[in-house]
Amino acid sequence: MKSSYREALRAGIRDAMLRDERVFLMGEDVGAYGGSFAVSLGLLEEFGPERIRDTPLSESGFVGAGIGAALGGMRPIVEIMTVNFSLLALDQIVNNAASLLHMSGGQFNVPVVIRMTTGAGRQLGAQHSHSLEGWYAHIPGLRILAPATLADARGMLWTALEDPDPVLIFEHGSLYNVTGELDDDAGPVDIDTAAVRRPGNDVSLITYGGTLPTVLDAAGQLANEGIDAEVLDLRTLRPLDDAAILTSARRTHRAVVVDEGWRSGSISAEISARITEQAFYDLDAPVGRVCSAEVPIPYSKQLELAALPSVERILAAAREAVGARG
Amino acid sequence: MTGSADVPGSHLDPAHGRHLLLQMLRVRRLEEKCVELYSAAKIRGFLHVYIGEEAVAAGVLESLAPEDAVVATYREHGHALLRGVPAGAILAEMYGFVEGCCIGRGGSMHLFDAATRFFGGNAIVAGGLPLAVGLALADKMAGRSRVTVCFFGEGAVAEGEFHESLNLAALWQLPVLFCCENNLYAMGTALGRSESQTDIALKAAAYEIAAWAVDGMDVLAVEETARRAVDAVRSGGGPHFLELRTYRFRAHSMFDPERYRDKAEVARWLERDPIVLLRAAMEAAGQLSAQDWEQLEADADAEVAAAVEFAEAGSPEPLEDLTRFVYSERGASPETGAGGGE
Ligand SMILES: Cc1ncc(C[n+]2csc(CCOP(=O)(O)OP(=O)(O)O)c2C)c(N)n1
Repeated sequence: MKSSYREALRAGIRDAMLRDERVFLMGEDVGAYGGSFAVSLGLLEEFGPERIRDTPLSESGFVGAGIGAALGGMRPIVEIMTVNFSLLALDQIVNNAASLLHMSGGQFNVPVVIRMTTGAGRQLGAQHSHSLEGWYAHIPGLRILAPATLADARGMLWTALEDPDPVLIFEHGSLYNVTGELDDDAGPVDIDTAAVRRPGNDVSLITYGGTLPTVLDAAGQLANEGIDAEVLDLRTLRPLDDAAILTSARRTHRAVVVDEGWRSGSISAEISARITEQAFYDLDAPVGRVCSAEVPIPYSKQLELAALPSVERILAAAREAVGARG
Repeated sequence: MTGSADVPGSHLDPAHGRHLLLQMLRVRRLEEKCVELYSAAKIRGFLHVYIGEEAVAAGVLESLAPEDAVVATYREHGHALLRGVPAGAILAEMYGFVEGCCIGRGGSMHLFDAATRFFGGNAIVAGGLPLAVGLALADKMAGRSRVTVCFFGEGAVAEGEFHESLNLAALWQLPVLFCCENNLYAMGTALGRSESQTDIALKAAAYEIAAWAVDGMDVLAVEETARRAVDAVRSGGGPHFLELRTYRFRAHSMFDPERYRDKAEVARWLERDPIVLLRAAMEAAGQLSAQDWEQLEADADAEVAAAVEFAEAGSPEPLEDLTRFVYSERGASPETGAGGGE
């Protein structure tokens, strides 16, 4: 069937609500407004205000309440409008959700799922354009997901809810309107492994989330130049699927990591380090990286575009890697 | 501590009345143009207009001195304009051009202007309140008798920062005037659906802050109350709080289908349009002729037309400047962020 990314997410939420009475959705404007990105549109009518629960502007409060409800036996889906506002809930996410299991000596697990929009590209200025999923991937105790395809948008949520520990799901704002074919029987998917979205032999382009379409675009153009790029979609940023990353890098002998986050201290740095630590002698070129410029994302269009990973910059990095063929 | 201001405005000076009318009209016309320009894709990103709420900024800002500071939200075009940021610089900012008040780095939600001590333009709900407290702390520590005015929506009241800021300001007796623009909705969430206690002035009073609720559609009432509050703050009376009861006539932003309120409610509030109200009152009192009104409209329109022309002639910042303004450029004089000092 035809579906948008947004509709696939909604189908995932609906499915979870129907499967398990303990599941409920809570967040700002998820109900009466219809969801700030219209993901939850229509769910209030179907499930009522107890289970599609509008919250005040109290990110720390309602994320903490979601963590508490999870401790109390519920299976909350907490929606934070965007990753930018998750910073107001950072204390609850890091000091409570991620730490309780450990601090309690394994007694209290926190089966909460926190969804949020991430990313830049819509001229929203610095305070609305962060890509901080890589930052969250720094935190032990959290599982970090970045659905980039319709099937993952549809299927990651249920598996995340079944996880006994906190899971954060990052939905890139540029993906909501992406439309395509979704299997009629699309359902839960694994949240452990990376996926090869395009097989290739010459260079591994490693990415996730909102930049996957850009990277696939670039790979298509590279094919015209006779460069056969493999595209690996990480899907899960914590724990990273080392095996998939290393298998691909060892096979193509060249890797370029594409990440909308800033480069310094980033998930791209982590991936690059793991490749050099574990596959150094298989490489024919240094690991390349295409990240956002180290600047708060500017409003003006030309500067924003220049700051973000682009097809051109990916092409350049891939060519450089391949050009360095030993 | 709480209570409504008495009804002012009976002895209005006609020239002053026309001035206030013009101030509100300037904001209205500029923002109507912004909406048009947004549809024409000249302005991008999020755009939140203040249409319907103009009496609040017009009344409050009237009582400030140039050395005072203003902190506002993403719905701040009117505050910037009335604080003295040129309309052209505001519009050019929304065009993303270097001629803008933040050289195009900020956009509609992030207007800043050191010259008028306008400290944004904050797009994180309640993010401006602690800043205002800090600005006021700096003034108090330096022995300056300045006032910091902080605007925010009633949605901010649910955030921890609201409560932390009010407590700090009261505890340290800081010269801040908190102005809560209560337009009844935070995006689609009605006040009664987000607060257990909907009397916002009462919350401020709980922090031992003098708090007054005002009809935010009556610019004269706003002005008079704000003047009293600003005077009290300036003379060392500690923080004050105004709850300005108003209404946003338009959608939350350009993407809001407005499923959460009905048209009849909007229509009822449209009858309390602050511009229409003042105009009618002045006409009834024989203080505003048809010719006067036409002149005001012509003045506001001319300013907007000039601003559009200015913005249209603007230019994009060169790409090689992308990573500027991440750290201060030593030796160079600050362009926008002159800080809270002199
Ligand atoms: C911390 C934070 N959470 C959520 C948002 C998204 N958001 C932007 S405006 C808004 C509503 C705020 O309402 P209110 O404070 O009443 O101001 P108004 O828009 O009515 O002027 C929301 C939820 C945000 N910008 N910041």
